[in-house]
Amino acid sequence: MFAYLVKRVFQAIAVMLAISLIAFAIQGNLGDPLRELVGQSVSEEVRQKLRDDLGLNDPFAVQYLRFLGNALQGDLGTSYFFKEPALDVILKKLPATLELVFGATVIIIGLSIPLGVFTAIWPNSILTRIILSLSIVGLSIPVFLTAILMIFFFSVELGWMPSFGRGEIVHVFGYWETNFATKDGWAHIIMPSIALSSIMLPMFIRLIRAEMIDVLQSEYIRYAQAKGIAPWRIYFVHALKNTLLPVITVGGVQIGTMVAYTILTETVFSWPGMGAMFLEAVNRVDTPLIVAYLIVVGFIFVLTNTIVDLIYGLVNPTINLARMGA
Amino acid sequence: MSLLSVRDLTVKFASRDGAMAALNGISFDLARGERLGIVGESGAGKSITGFALMNLLSKPGFIDGGEILFEGEDVTQMSPKQVRDMRGNRMAMIFQDPMVTLNPVLTIGQQMVETLRAHRNLSFEEARQIALVKLKEVYIPSPDERLDQYPHELSGGMRQRIIIAMALLLDPKLIIADEPTTALDVTIQADIMELLLEMCQSNQVGLILITHDLGVVSQVTERTMVMYAGRIIETGATRSIINDPQHPYTQGLINALPQQTPPGQRLKQIPGAMPTLSAMPTGCPFHTRCAHVTDECKRTAPEVSQFGDTAVACHEVHRLQRDLPKEVAQ
Repeated sequence: MFAYLVKRVFQAIAVMLAISLIAFAIQGNLGDPLRELVGQSVSEEVRQKLRDDLGLNDPFAVQYLRFLGNALQGDLGTSYFFKEPALDVILKKLPATLELVFGATVIIIGLSIPLGVFTAIWPNSILTRIILSLSIVGLSIPVFLTAILMIFFFSVELGWMPSFGRGEIVHVFGYWETNFATKDGWAHIIMPSIALSSIMLPMFIRLIRAEMIDVLQSEYIRYAQAKGIAPWRIYFVHALKNTLLPVITVGGVQIGTMVAYTILTETVFSWPGMGAMFLEAVNRVDTPLIVAYLIVVGFIFVLTNTIVDLIYGLVNPTINLARMGA
Repeated sequence: MSLLSVRDLTVKFASRDGAMAALNGISFDLARGERLGIVGESGAGKSITGFALMNLLSKPGFIDGGEILFEGEDVTQMSPKQVRDMRGNRMAMIFQDPMVTLNPVLTIGQQMVETLRAHRNLSFEEARQIALVKLKEVYIPSPDERLDQYPHELSGGMRQRIIIAMALLLDPKLIIADEPTTALDVTIQADIMELLLEMCQSNQVGLILITHDLGVVSQVTERTMVMYAGRIIETGATRSIINDPQHPYTQGLINALPQQTPPGQRLKQIPGAMPTLSAMPTGCPFHTRCAHVTDECKRTAPEVSQFGDTAVACHEVHRLQRDLPKEVAQ
């Protein structure tokens, strides 16, 4: 187990190095940072001096290593726009994004498992056809359109739901801000969460359904029937566990992907998270913030994947984590 | 009263071109504690017979007619609940490949305990104790440890032993074993068969052994039933079927055994292949491959007739049997 953990951590470090290299390489191609820093009215001489001071004239490798050294100390550069450490800017926005992803994840897990199982067990039911048709619709409409449609109907036309922002948030554990403490906070997070889950949810329903149908045809299910086991137990004990094993691995990747999807959702709902912030940073060519965002998202991605792999190893009895380290 | 009495059992498979018969009205009986072998090529309908007895045909197969009287009750008329109460309890099944029969994510103990608790009002602890006793009976070393292991931690032979123990958990009256040793190592096959035989004898359990291995049949069963293209073509005491086969197909099967051919020579095989369901010939289904084929064989399907202790469905045999007394008289 420990050996496996160490191995995974090394893999994670390798991936992070690759991400940092790519993110840093982008930096040099995003226009002249001097223009953002000092504007156009400064003379060429001063610009050159500033370039030297900022180390922008050093070779790429030197710049990259300096960037890495700083990054290891938690310094991902300073945002041009906010004039603050980029990491601090992102961390301030992080709770909003993570709560949104959390909300969407709860919706996905809470609905995809029952609906996936239902559509697998009763493939010919009318309800199954409705669910599957809706899932195609959900899959094909882009997130931003779903979000705009929801705002149009539920906020503008019906006036049931707030259309933007986080609403009333409460500080917990000192730094974290949560939506889940007040009624207003709940009202604000519902629509963005649904919008964010609108692509993944249908995908997971279909994934679980396909897996379940596969599992239900396997010999051990027939054997369980031959033993006289009750149907509910066959479905939820024998089949579901085998169904969810492959789904877990896919799910881990998708949680990471969802963090990236927040860019659209947050922008439409003016959600003050790091997705909307990233888009603003791109508009302002706030290079250090862009790079820092890429690295933080990459880190979240690697972290969730590693955790999911560990969980998979613990849930699946045929995987022996202790042996996999060897 | 016999334990099992099958009458005119017909099984069909729904397809785009209409339903096709996989079992053509087969009838047979099984006495209490009797061991019956069903032999035949792949596709003859052996496994379908086994699954039909359990009312466990997978779609698109379905029972189209006939009755399966098991302890006096017709399995084909049972409600789903009644079928469930019967399965694993009074009638148990042993599947072909132990590598895929057990659920990979549940421990052996969980899978044994759930079977017991599905049929009897037992606590987990009581069920576990019974499971332990049964594992000991099938000579599983350190059974206590096995209960907490997952299938993948055990060898194929060990798993099949456990499946035999699971079949015996609720003291069934009948065990249907569908090629229980085909997927196993040759060295283990004999052990498993011996164990199955011993368990059936000591527990007075009836056995239907589905196999294509005539050696296994002669080792374990008292009676043998030869199937071809969804029909029973010959039944009788295993000894007479093996030593004195009547039906040309049974003769062909016996002649095809490697022991029947001296080393270095080609094995004697039955020419041709079994007809598919969609292209069933008229008359006797075997006539396309039979050396004794006559016009009558092509026209009408032979009835099953009893000769001594075997029953055969073959025009040629019928004719020989008819003529034999005359020849002897001459």
